[in-house]
Amino acid sequence: MVPFAGFLMPVQYKGLVEEHKAVRTAAGLFDVSHMGEIDLRGPRAGELVDGLITNDATKLVDGQALYTCACNEKGTILDDLIVYRRAEADWLVVCNASNRAKIVAHFTEHAKGVCELDDASDGIALLALQGPRALEIAAAIGGAELSALASFHFAKARLGGVSCTASRTGYTGEDGLEIFCAGEEAPKLWDAIMEAGASKGLQPAGLGARDTLRLEARLSLYGNDIDETTNPIEAGLAWVVKLAKPSFLGKDALVRVKEAGPSRKMVGFEVTGRGIARHGYPLLDLAGEPVGICTSGSPGPTVGKNIGLGYLPAAMSAIGTKFLVDCRGRQAEAIVVKTPFYKRST
Amino acid sequence: MANVKPGLQYTKDHEWAKTDEKEITVGITAYAVDQLGDITLVNLDVKEGDAVEAGKTFGTIESVKTLSDLFSPVSGKITRINKDLESKPELVNEDCYAAWMVAIEPSAGASLTDVLDAAAYEALLASLDH
Repeated sequence: MVPFAGFLMPVQYKGLVEEHKAVRTAAGLFDVSHMGEIDLRGPRAGELVDGLITNDATKLVDGQALYTCACNEKGTILDDLIVYRRAEADWLVVCNASNRAKIVAHFTEHAKGVCELDDASDGIALLALQGPRALEIAAAIGGAELSALASFHFAKARLGGVSCTASRTGYTGEDGLEIFCAGEEAPKLWDAIMEAGASKGLQPAGLGARDTLRLEARLSLYGNDIDETTNPIEAGLAWVVKLAKPSFLGKDALVRVKEAGPSRKMVGFEVTGRGIARHGYPLLDLAGEPVGICTSGSPGPTVGKNIGLGYLPAAMSAIGTKFLVDCRGRQAEAIVVKTPFYKRST
Repeated sequence: MANVKPGLQYTKDHEWAKTDEKEITVGITAYAVDQLGDITLVNLDVKEGDAVEAGKTFGTIESVKTLSDLFSPVSGKITRINKDLESKPELVNEDCYAAWMVAIEPSAGASLTDVLDAAAYEALLASLDH
């Protein structure tokens, strides 16, 4: 167990690699209750959300969710979020635990006189059931109808006797559900899922596996890959930046980044030499000059290679570009590759 | 609790040392292996004949999760390194007390300092469990 953003979090249960493989081949259950949940209610709640995020919330229908960044006026990333439209006047914003205070303050400031805001985080638990057998496990405890949910859609459900909201989302590159319930009901839900999954290869999975799974799927980790010094365009998140929107916080700055072209870009790479890239290691050109920084890296248990993410100058970001990683004084060769490193087959 | 092998000496950095006639072989303990998880890389930054100093690093060991320094428990000269670990780091997971990393011939007058016997090391591990 390690302390993380005020929670005691399990890094691993049986072992990181075993948990990682269980999620890829069967299923894993993560307790991610540390995430922040902010309710926004009122006729103008959707308008408020849309004005504070880079993606387009106006296209959502009831029961649909959206991955997005929230930027400041400089166009750098305050947090990456999932926003949920329950109804036209009822929205949920899920933020990273480490950014909860900041995001609650930011949304509260903009919600003044616009809509109601409630930081519901303390009362809500979030379990992530992920993997190719996740929906089958949910079906065994009363969630058969959840298999009909499209990706990034959610619905109310009753799983193992617990009232919850299940969302077809995740942070592993696998199919699966993220399930919100009242905190005091979470142990009952956890036990029901674990029991239903026991014969289906389900394993409890910790933060360690969550990190390697998301890295293989090239999902950004706030605080590592993105933060208030990075903008979504250079971070490879231009797909969640809708510059055609009439306005949103950070738009002007991001228009300028887009027009000028980002000076650096987030790349995915494989270490072809002997070494494992880690967060913070310098990236060097072939002459040994520092040109960038590794933001995430580890062995990829499914891809079977030492992989990483990092920022390189735009001119060095093309797939196939060779460079070096400074692994604590040892230089290991690396090559820019296509991402995601892992993509599920179905 | 992680396996501790009798007859070896242990450092507080969770390495074991085995003293033979002329050399001391060094590896990491089962507790260290448990903490690291699946080991993916053993980097030995020394070669035969290199001088090493007690308490200084002679390499690093990496798992999927993290990396850890390897410290020399004694001052001396490297007599052998376990080259098998370069291509088969998993040997450390399989049997950490067989997967030695380096052998060191202590300098004249040098000896293992600040090491624990198996019982004292077990007591240290017990205290870490709390």
